[in-house]
Amino acid sequence: MTNPPLLSVEGVSVELPTPRGQLLAVDKVDLEVAAGRTLGVVGESGCGKTMLSRAILQLLPKKAALSGRIMFDGQDMVQLSPEALRRLRGPSLAVVFQNPMTSLNPVLTIGTQLIETLQAHMGMAAPAAAKRGIELLAAVGIPAPEQRLRQYPHQLSGGMRQRVAIAIALSCEPKLLIADEPTTALDVTVQAQILDLLAREQQRRHMAMILITHDLGVVAGRTDEVAVMYAGRVVERAPTTTLFSHMRMPYTAALLAAIPKLDSPPHTALPAIAGRPPDPTRPLRGCSFAPRCSRADDRCQAAKPPLDTADHIGGQYACWHPLQPAAVARA
Amino acid sequence: MAVLEIDDDTALVAPVAKRRKLGGLFLCAVAWILLIGLAAVFAAFLPIASPTDMDMLGKRAPPSAAHWLGTDSLGRDMLSRLIYGARVSLTVGLLSSVIGVTVGGALGMLAGYFRGRLETFTVGGVDVLLAFPPLVFLLAVLAYLGQTVLNITLVIGVLSIPAFTRVARAVTLSLSEREFVVAARALGATHSRILLRELLPNVSLPLVAFFLLGVAVTIVVEGALSFLGLGVPPPAPSWGSMIAEGRESLDIAPWLAFLPAGTMFITVLAFNIVGDTLRALTDPRPGAL
Amino acid sequence: MARFVGRRLLYLLPVLLAVSLLTFLIASLLPGDLAYAILGDQATPEKLAALRAKMGLDLPIWQRYLHWLWDVLQGDLGRSFRTGELVLDAVLDRLPVSIELMIMAEIMGLLIGIPLAILCAVKNGSAIDRFFTGFAFANLSLPSFMVAILLIFLFAVQFNWLPATGWVPFSEDPVGNLRSFVLPALTLAFAEWPSLMRVLRSDMIATLQEDYIAMAKAKGLRPARILLVHALKPSSLTLVTITGINIGRLIGGALIVETIFALPGIGRLLVGAIYARDFIILQGVVLFVAAGFVIVNFIVDMLYGVLDPRIRHGRA
Repeated sequence: MTNPPLLSVEGVSVELPTPRGQLLAVDKVDLEVAAGRTLGVVGESGCGKTMLSRAILQLLPKKAALSGRIMFDGQDMVQLSPEALRRLRGPSLAVVFQNPMTSLNPVLTIGTQLIETLQAHMGMAAPAAAKRGIELLAAVGIPAPEQRLRQYPHQLSGGMRQRVAIAIALSCEPKLLIADEPTTALDVTVQAQILDLLAREQQRRHMAMILITHDLGVVAGRTDEVAVMYAGRVVERAPTTTLFSHMRMPYTAALLAAIPKLDSPPHTALPAIAGRPPDPTRPLRGCSFAPRCSRADDRCQAAKPPLDTADHIGGQYACWHPLQPAAVARA
Repeated sequence: MAVLEIDDDTALVAPVAKRRKLGGLFLCAVAWILLIGLAAVFAAFLPIASPTDMDMLGKRAPPSAAHWLGTDSLGRDMLSRLIYGARVSLTVGLLSSVIGVTVGGALGMLAGYFRGRLETFTVGGVDVLLAFPPLVFLLAVLAYLGQTVLNITLVIGVLSIPAFTRVARAVTLSLSEREFVVAARALGATHSRILLRELLPNVSLPLVAFFLLGVAVTIVVEGALSFLGLGVPPPAPSWGSMIAEGRESLDIAPWLAFLPAGTMFITVLAFNIVGDTLRALTDPRPGAL
Repeated sequence: MARFVGRRLLYLLPVLLAVSLLTFLIASLLPGDLAYAILGDQATPEKLAALRAKMGLDLPIWQRYLHWLWDVLQGDLGRSFRTGELVLDAVLDRLPVSIELMIMAEIMGLLIGIPLAILCAVKNGSAIDRFFTGFAFANLSLPSFMVAILLIFLFAVQFNWLPATGWVPFSEDPVGNLRSFVLPALTLAFAEWPSLMRVLRSDMIATLQEDYIAMAKAKGLRPARILLVHALKPSSLTLVTITGINIGRLIGGALIVETIFALPGIGRLLVGAIYARDFIILQGVVLFVAAGFVIVNFIVDMLYGVLDPRIRHGRA
């Protein structure tokens, strides 16, 4: 890559205190996103993907301990003053949260929540901001935007609320948008619309995007690169097309197999991943996926495989016994 | 949500340290209540002066061997008046709360257990009683009935019934659906057995906590009545009337008001601390105040 | 919203009726009867009988209640048998003083309680938080007549900054009027702020963990706006309830404070009526205060709808 990436996460770990001891939510993660590109972060719930996004946004709980560097647009986010961070959020870095039922303030109108962002960062007067707010709502596909400005979140459906949240996130033309499971809380019929909206706006505005999801199917057609996370670590990372054609990590294959397929006969049992993720307060010595992996042997129990670039086409994976690309085709 | 249940964790970490700190304070409060209680009970046997004997030559005297806390504006022994004042405060405070907790607790349990008309009627009555500002109601009733210790105790007791009824009913309602009650009912236990053997032991802890908070409130109310000169008739000493008398000499002898005020404050605080600690034990919500 | 108000109104009327009945019944607790109390030493059987007949005291109690209620509904609360003053006039004459006192007290209580609650919620668990929560808890055990004594001692006796007693009408001397209200209102505010602060603090701590607060931070809003607009409004529902519940205590407190600071308000009218054994005034004031209390609580209930649009739109 010729230019430095817009965002680079370097050796970031997040530790949280719990009654049962320190919880290592994110374990030395390295990631990059170039301007205008999209990165998918995939993993089961509890794998640390949300904590990673909160770390990038610097919205971690007060008690969380963060180490590593998060370089955004040439600045280390960790070192920034609260005021400098505030100026960055909105115009440079924006987020769409998972649940639009809880991410919009129930006692403020849509208009207030949209316009306050414009006023805070773009220095707009109220009438100009209201006009811009209507344009934004129309751009994310909300009918009758003038009336919506006066409505409260509970008067809108879940899908409409998420569109409002996206309009708010886009309002200050951010360079990077983090979408944290933006469709998980929505009806299936609405999910594709929201994802397509995000993809369309990302292309139109040439903004970078991190799409966080538990569903490999979601990232398939909509991202340039994918990072698969498990137990706080990135276990496989590759350009999206390469990942799907040359999958190496057994965990990634298991995630893929857990997606329902349209062409399978009805009432087929889904191959769920056996077992549960390891207890993050009790780190394993070896590979964290070993207890659930059919290919695991003594070596996997004894030593953690590093995230390696060996014989992967343009990607990395962390596994002692990687799948051969042919095995994926059968899965 | 996938934030790894952060909210629960922080809630679990905080109160542990808090509770341990409350321990010392809790013991001090219990000790103070015992001290005041014993002094009030055995006041007649203590080597103290009479609370009503006046010494016209030794008005507003500073502490001395004869009068440990000095004398008031009529030359009466302050320590003795404080101790005899505790008698009034504690008698009214405890007895009226006993009335409240017995009648209110029983009503609330019956309403919560049997539901139906009884509950509608009880809740309605409670709402009407609570519709009166309590001090206004109390003053009005006492004005008609006459101000004696017995009347004061009875009326404050009646006024505290609604609050106890509410607590008892709420706890009973939530308990009635629990397995042990349902099981007892399925085994054919009589109503009185379920109420007394299954429900009462569980309702009593929250009620005891509330009882102690009630004693604190009652002591304050009795103090306010005496302060206004509408409480226990003189010359019987009462903390409230002592504060009112001390007010007259705030400029020359402020301690005459501050001694009874301090004693009353610490006593009320002690009941509040003990009651609140017990309530926190029965209230499962962490961080709930 | 209209249905919401209607439902609450339907509940308000029976409560008001019960309050009037109870007020009436309290008066029948009087040993002997009203005629006896009025005549006192001069009571002879003939005079008593004549007065009873004149006042309708010889009628059955339910008839007396209905007569009395009918008069009350027409605005006739009776006439003091000591001063001859109409009860309603006496009440309305003193009402502004009590209202001014209570509003000033409530404002002062909120001015102390809200900033402290926000501070403690933001610094949750810190030494500052522990100090002020402890202080508030101790303050709950400090009755208003003690606070009054303390404030009088500090500001009137020691420093001589403010008057301890005395009241001047606002129309004669606005500054003097406000000055005479400072200590009484501050006394009442001291009883108000701890409960306001405790409730708002715990609600605020819960609100600050909500997703929409994270969202507001992610939008890059100023901290002041996040706290005052995004966090305070949704946290203030219980605060409004508590403010409503506290009005009962505030009325009781006003009664004591007006007596201590010699403010000519409703509370002093009531206490004065008790001292003078003026039972007609007493009954009128009790009814007026209790009915006012019920109605204020009803208005507080309505405020819910204003604060939370979800209740207003019938989706509680």
